[in-house]
Parts: sequence; C-alpha cells; structure tokens
Amino acid sequence: MRSVMCLAIPMRILSIEGDEAEVELGGVVRRVSIALTPKARVGDYVLLHTGYAIGVVDEEEAEQTLKLLEEIAGFSEVS
Amino acid sequence: MKFLDEYQSSRLAAKLAHRISVSSKKPIRLMEFCGGHTHAILRHGIRQLVPRTVELLPGPGCPVCVTATSDLDRAIALARSPEVILTTFGDMMRVPGSYSSLQRAKAEGADVRVVYSTMDAIEMARVNPGKSVVFSGIGFETTAPTIAASIVKAQREGISNFHVLCSLKLTPPVMKALLDLGEVKLDGIICPGHVSVIIGSRPYEFIPLDHGVACVVSGFEPVDILLAISRLVAQIESGQPKVEIAYGRGVKPQGNSEALQLMEEVFRIDSADWRGMGVVPGSGLSIDPKYERFDADVVFADTLELALRNTPVIEPPGCRCGEVLRGVTTPPDCPLFGKGCTPEKPVGPCMVSSEGACAAHYQYGGHPSLLRAG
Repeated sequence: MRSVMCLAIPMRILSIEGDEAEVELGGVVRRVSIALTPKARVGDYVLLHTGYAIGVVDEEEAEQTLKLLEEIAGFSEVS
Repeated sequence: MKFLDEYQSSRLAAKLAHRISVSSKKPIRLMEFCGGHTHAILRHGIRQLVPRTVELLPGPGCPVCVTATSDLDRAIALARSPEVILTTFGDMMRVPGSYSSLQRAKAEGADVRVVYSTMDAIEMARVNPGKSVVFSGIGFETTAPTIAASIVKAQREGISNFHVLCSLKLTPPVMKALLDLGEVKLDGIICPGHVSVIIGSRPYEFIPLDHGVACVVSGFEPVDILLAISRLVAQIESGQPKVEIAYGRGVKPQGNSEALQLMEEVFRIDSADWRGMGVVPGSGLSIDPKYERFDADVVFADTLELALRNTPVIEPPGCRCGEVLRGVTTPPDCPLFGKGCTPEKPVGPCMVSSEGACAAHYQYGGHPSLLRAG
C-alpha cells in the first residue's frame, strides 16, 4: 500500500483488541490503530490513513448521497 | 469494493457532467486544494468532462511539495547523524534539499527507512534501543492526529528513543493567506476531504463570509468530485457562496472530536515555512513543551545547529514549484516541465510526489507531446 499522504480508504473492521483492529478490504487484512476512532465497532467501515482509522464511514449518509445521485441522474434523463 | 465502486460509476459521472454543463453559464475558476484531488481529476479525465466555463486549478495541498527546502535540509542532516535512524513516508525520499536528498544520504551510508505508518517507526524504536528513531513528520490535519497518537503511545509505553521532526501544516490558515494574497482570483474551492474528516467543515466558514468564495468538501472518487463541482457551480450561479459537504459519508461539520483533542494535547499552533508561500503565521504545528523529549528539534538542537551552520538554503534552480502551489503557474507552463524535469529525474518536489501537480500532469495528459498531439 502506498503511503499517499492525504488519501484514506474505507476498510471494514473484522475484530477489535484494545485500540487496535483487524480491517479488511477486498480480501486484504491489516492490523491498524483505532486510537482516533474509539467509537468504531466490529462491522463498521473506517477510513484508513497511514495505519490509523481517522473516521467511521456514515453508512446512512452514504445511502442518502447515492439516492440523491440517482435522482439527479433520473432528472437528467427526463431533461 | 463498498464505498468506492459506487462513486466510480461512469453512468452517474456522465449525468453529473451533463448537469454541470447545463447549469454553468459564466466562466468560473475553482481551486482543488488537495493534491489527491488534483491527481484524481487528471486521472479520471474530469477536466475534459466539465464544460470550458469551469477552470480547475491545483492548489497547495501536497504535503511533500509544500515542505520547505530548509525542513528537508534538517531531515537530511539528522539522517547523517550516526546514532539516528531516519524514518519517512516514501514520497520524501527523492525530494531534493539544498545539497542532497534523503535517497542520496542513504546511498552514502545514512540509515534512512521508508515506513507506511508512524506505528512502524515506533516498532523500529522498540527493537533498536541503542539508536534514536526520528520520524520526519510532514503532512496536514489528516496526518497530524496520527503523529499525535504515536507520541502519546511512545510516552505511555516508555519508548524514549522515538522522536518526531515536526513540520506539520494547517489548511485553513494557508487558504486565508492565499486568498489574502489575491494573486489568483477564485470563485470556489474544492475543500480537502480527508483533512475535513478531522477538522470538519466549520473552519472554512470564513471563506464565503470574508472572501465571497464558495466551498464544497469533496471525496476522492470521480462521482464525488463531479458532485462537488456541480454544487460549487450552483452556489456561484446563484450568487450565494457558502460551505457545503458533498462527502457526508466521511465528513461531519464538527470533524473528529477525539482526533482534534489529541492534536490539542500534543501540539501547539506555530508559524510554518511553506514552499511558495514563505512563513505563514499560525499555519503550522509544533510539539508542545510537555512532550519535548519526543521533539527532534529539541533533542537534536545541537546536532542540527552544527550541521546546518554556514550552509545556506539553496532552492532548485529554475523550479517553479512555488508558483504552481500558489496557482499562479500551471505545470505545463514551467519551462522545465517534461524537459529538464520528469518523474524519473525531478528538479522539484511537485514532480516527485505522487500528489504533486507536475507529476499528475506529466502522468495523465499534461505532457507537452500529448498536448501537441491533441
């Protein structure tokens, strides 16, 4: 994994042990720190940056954004 | 992959591009602050997808690029110290300092190691108790809390041979400096997604209020970026600039409070030296005195003073990286671009870093030969 400075990718938490967690993306499993996201739970997606989860993905917001995008796409088809 | 693939849909991207074309009437100039956005915009051909009325300009948000030559010289000087293992993110290795680079220092015998995370550097300190492990701490608010967490961890676990050479930088103060400078007239800013995961969207509120410039926080997939551009166009066309989040799955207005608390605990706000901008007051972080035994600037003050005495800072000759970072020059306008300066043989950091605007232009279609062909 490249250490591109401000990039972060969403990975799913498989297990938590103290302030560390095992996370997975596309079959790749890594051990990361969740010291910055103490509220993260197993099953959550976290944004991973240089070995640290920096935020928990808000799945509800993600769905709303996709819904909005589909609406925009629908409107465009009508127009 | 969840939360990535959906935002790479070419169908949605085409619809958004169409929407932007329909709604964009007057010519506008948007700056993407973050080098990650510049890279994504060029890689996905977003400049070709948006209408000619929308100009996209790279900004100063590439941590390696904005690191001052003097800060590189300090890292190289420490790397040459026999008791030091200098650890760094990979992008820093080939950036030229005044007289050398970390890569050249390594070839000459210095112990320089590329790490993926500060946790790797802490582990290195643990298994090398006779050495001082120095981490070259560059980056913005995205990276700052990870460095704060590493210092707290070292303190908690009694790892006294871990030190950070801190040149962390802050986004909103440099945005203010850039806008105050007024060299480039901007209508909107695509605000950095992962910086904003940490700081939230509120710190940008002065931008529409004081400068009348629209702000939208964006994610990094093509659909995210097009959504952000579409929101910016709508704001500008309606004449009502404000701060919006188009990356709601990652960013909250208040940011990540735990990360912000940790930053406040470990750092204090300081001035910072930026390539292209010079010293900007209040735009950087230094390590708070209560953690000074982890501060490489304090621990190695004598070594640095001795190594850098009588060695003036020399900028790479002919390099216009500073102007590119301020948005005053575009990469293909630099006389060295693609000729004397290529990713294989870079003159300045904007061509070295994978987030650098020159590297992105070179790789994805800004190369002069491609421009000629087009």
